[in-house]
Amino acid sequence: MTPFLQVSGVSKRFGGVQAVSGVSFELRRGMIKAVIGPNGAGKTTLFNMVSGFSSPDRGTVSFGGRPIHGLPPHQVARHGISRTFQNIRLFEHLTALENVMVGRHLRSRAGFLAGMLDLGWARREAAGVRERALETMAFLGIEALADAEATSLAYGQQRAVELARALASEPELLLLDEPAAGLNMRETRDLAGLITRIRDRGVTVLLVEHDMSLVMGICDEVLVLSYGEKIAEADPATVQKDPQVVKVYLGEDEC
Amino acid sequence: MSALFFQYLMAGLTYGMIYAVVGMGFNIIYNATGVINFAQGEFVMLGGMIAVTLVAYLPLPLAIVLAVLATMVVGALVELLFIRWLTSPSVLRMIIITVGVSILIREAALLIWGQNVRALPYFTGTEITSLSIGGARVSPQVVWTLAACSALVALTTAFFRWSSAGKQMRACASNRVAASLCGLPTRNLITASFVLSAGMGALAGCVVSPITYTQYNIGTGLAIKGFTVAILGGLGSSLAAVTAGLVLGVFEAFAVSVLPSAYKDAVSIALLLAILFLRPTGLFAARVAYRP
Amino acid sequence: MTINRYGQVAIFLACAAGLQLAAAAAGKGFLLTQLTMSAYYTLVVVGMSLLMGYAGQISLGHAGFFAVGGYTSAVLTTLDLAPHRGSPLVAGAERLGLLLVRPDLYGGDLLVVRPVVACALAIALALVLAVLVGIPVLKLKGHYLAMATLGVGTIVYSVALGTQWLGAADGIAAVPPFPLPFGASVSGRPDGRIVNYYVAVGLLGAAMLLALNLVQARVGRALRAIHGAEDAAGAMGVDTARLKLGTFVLSAALAAVAGVFLTHFNGGIGPAEASVMRSVKYMAIVAVGGIGSLWGSLGMSVALTFLSLRGYFGVYDDVVFGAILVGIMLFAPQGLLALEPRRALAALRARLRRAGGQAG
Repeated sequence: MTPFLQVSGVSKRFGGVQAVSGVSFELRRGMIKAVIGPNGAGKTTLFNMVSGFSSPDRGTVSFGGRPIHGLPPHQVARHGISRTFQNIRLFEHLTALENVMVGRHLRSRAGFLAGMLDLGWARREAAGVRERALETMAFLGIEALADAEATSLAYGQQRAVELARALASEPELLLLDEPAAGLNMRETRDLAGLITRIRDRGVTVLLVEHDMSLVMGICDEVLVLSYGEKIAEADPATVQKDPQVVKVYLGEDEC
Repeated sequence: MSALFFQYLMAGLTYGMIYAVVGMGFNIIYNATGVINFAQGEFVMLGGMIAVTLVAYLPLPLAIVLAVLATMVVGALVELLFIRWLTSPSVLRMIIITVGVSILIREAALLIWGQNVRALPYFTGTEITSLSIGGARVSPQVVWTLAACSALVALTTAFFRWSSAGKQMRACASNRVAASLCGLPTRNLITASFVLSAGMGALAGCVVSPITYTQYNIGTGLAIKGFTVAILGGLGSSLAAVTAGLVLGVFEAFAVSVLPSAYKDAVSIALLLAILFLRPTGLFAARVAYRP
Repeated sequence: MTINRYGQVAIFLACAAGLQLAAAAAGKGFLLTQLTMSAYYTLVVVGMSLLMGYAGQISLGHAGFFAVGGYTSAVLTTLDLAPHRGSPLVAGAERLGLLLVRPDLYGGDLLVVRPVVACALAIALALVLAVLVGIPVLKLKGHYLAMATLGVGTIVYSVALGTQWLGAADGIAAVPPFPLPFGASVSGRPDGRIVNYYVAVGLLGAAMLLALNLVQARVGRALRAIHGAEDAAGAMGVDTARLKLGTFVLSAALAAVAGVFLTHFNGGIGPAEASVMRSVKYMAIVAVGGIGSLWGSLGMSVALTFLSLRGYFGVYDDVVFGAILVGIMLFAPQGLLALEPRRALAALRARLRRAGGQAG
């Protein structure tokens, strides 16, 4: 069976810094995989190369058998990949519901003409988009926030809205960039449960994470980066025992 | 043929020098603030206009000096009144403000001086005096223009490279927050950049006025071409801007030799657009001066 | 209770009708001429408001698109093609009924393009130009975009001013009326003043409705999302470049439509319509009406353009618009209508104190 997401030998250099060098890994459908590593290990760079926010200098990324490296983000999204951001990027001046509705941009198609003429099918489509967006918010338990201005919400709520927006596109692959950053222990535990439920709905999850408790509890596989290179890739228990990993990562950060 | 060629070349160099000076004016303010000052061309117009008025009462050199100083005061006022007290304004807002300022200056000039086309007297000789260089006849004013603008470029470059104030302005340009943390008076340095670029524009406006004439509305055209030059050279680099200015001036001069002169502006603007589309980081710049 | 957009447009049309009745009752029907012109100029402003407020793009060249529309229509409906009857293009067009023969001022016959056909060609030309210019230009940001559009506007202006068959500085005169159903026409004839007023207001209302629909729809939501966080919009599959181009082209088309009809209404067009100052005025109006506020822009546009056309600003016309630009951007960047007087005054005082503190 061909892998769902295949990253082969990608490298990226910023000026004098080799952010990522020759990293390869695979992701099978329906799994939760985490990329971990100390600060500056190249996690976010790797993540950005998968989501189209930067293109690799060398190497390839293919999704469902088709190459997606070097495509702009909006075309990567079209392949069924959706993401969240480490520092939350909600749309200012839009309500939480509207934010989530933008998440369904690719699942609707009314263009300039249909929009301007307020055609019947476009209206019905918009109503459908609204309904699905509310459903997604209900799934995350935030439907009560629908009419609030998104950027005025509390931090944890903003994270939830962003997650709802990413889920609203019904992605096949969900990329989460440090989803637990800034959350307290209870919220992190809730998040872990949530990510598992998302996976159970058939969404494959790749996450970059600092919070070890989240990673070890829910992941099927963990990829460890250090100075831009892959130093380990295995199930959480094995990774935890890997001496090299302990040295570069776990050794300095109790788990 | 070669004499004619030389004639076009000299005309091109003269205009090119002016464009280069306007382009450098853009650079100085852009480097200090990240703002493209759409009123840059108006400084050139003001310099010429004020000098023309003063020369009726004063000797020419004094009139020019006072005109330059007066324009520098205007430059300072523009910064103090419209720019200084905005905290982190958006680019859109800054563009609109400087466009508005350029209109106000232009309309003030229209009310003061009317629509008449004016010119300073030739610095030496008259309009029929000419020097013979390599068989071609060249007005001494062309020599004045080239010399004055070259001196201006050299002085500015030296100022930024060696003087303490110049170094401070460069520090402010490369990282305003850091400069301010080091105790540099960044606000005042920004004002200084407006004063400096207004003065440069005014001097160029005086020197070139006998040849090209001056009118209340010449600013916009100069601004677009100065911007072209700044872009051609890659925003941020002085010597590259000079090279680019000369290239544009000569290009324009030869374009006019084959096309109706009414299209002169259209031709050089089309060049600007082509450059913006193909190579927005500049043709000669080694390094991109990028600001978000 | 909020009134939906159809209701809003209906109220606008009712107000316009009220204005006409009031003018008639006061015996000042002649004011309708300037109101009609204001309505056409406001069409451009509606497009600019979409472009600046929703796509976050700046344009200093929209007078250029207006002029492309107006000049194309003017040339095609006044240029006598009779000497070119032999050419296959002209002969073919005549056979298809695209041309008509009409008397000129001196009783001779002119073979010209039908106004409707000319209108379609004018809008098509503006669309093509907008796409050609828009694809590269909209990749640019901020200053570059402003300068590039300023450049495009300046090129249109200097071509209009420097080309003999476009009438150079005099422009094109004797543009015929644009025929409408029921014997009406878009023209400057005094007996058609009221009809022309309603035609212009109707066009404006229709354009406004389209714009209001658009910003509520999927495209409008995506545009607002781009404004809020462009990278995140991209991650959601929003094709930023395409939507910006679409808005640019739409606004150019509105400008061209305005150009075509105002040219028929005025019976001619001159290079001043293409001038940079004209583009700046459109921008000033959007700024004062509130960037992102369609009704604010419309109201300010009708009012300011009317005052300007009636000559209330005298020789200070350009000064007024320059001062508006600077003043609004300094003190109320969200537009005049969004200004809360007391809060703005407090902010102004605080700023002055701070500025004073720095100077001292």
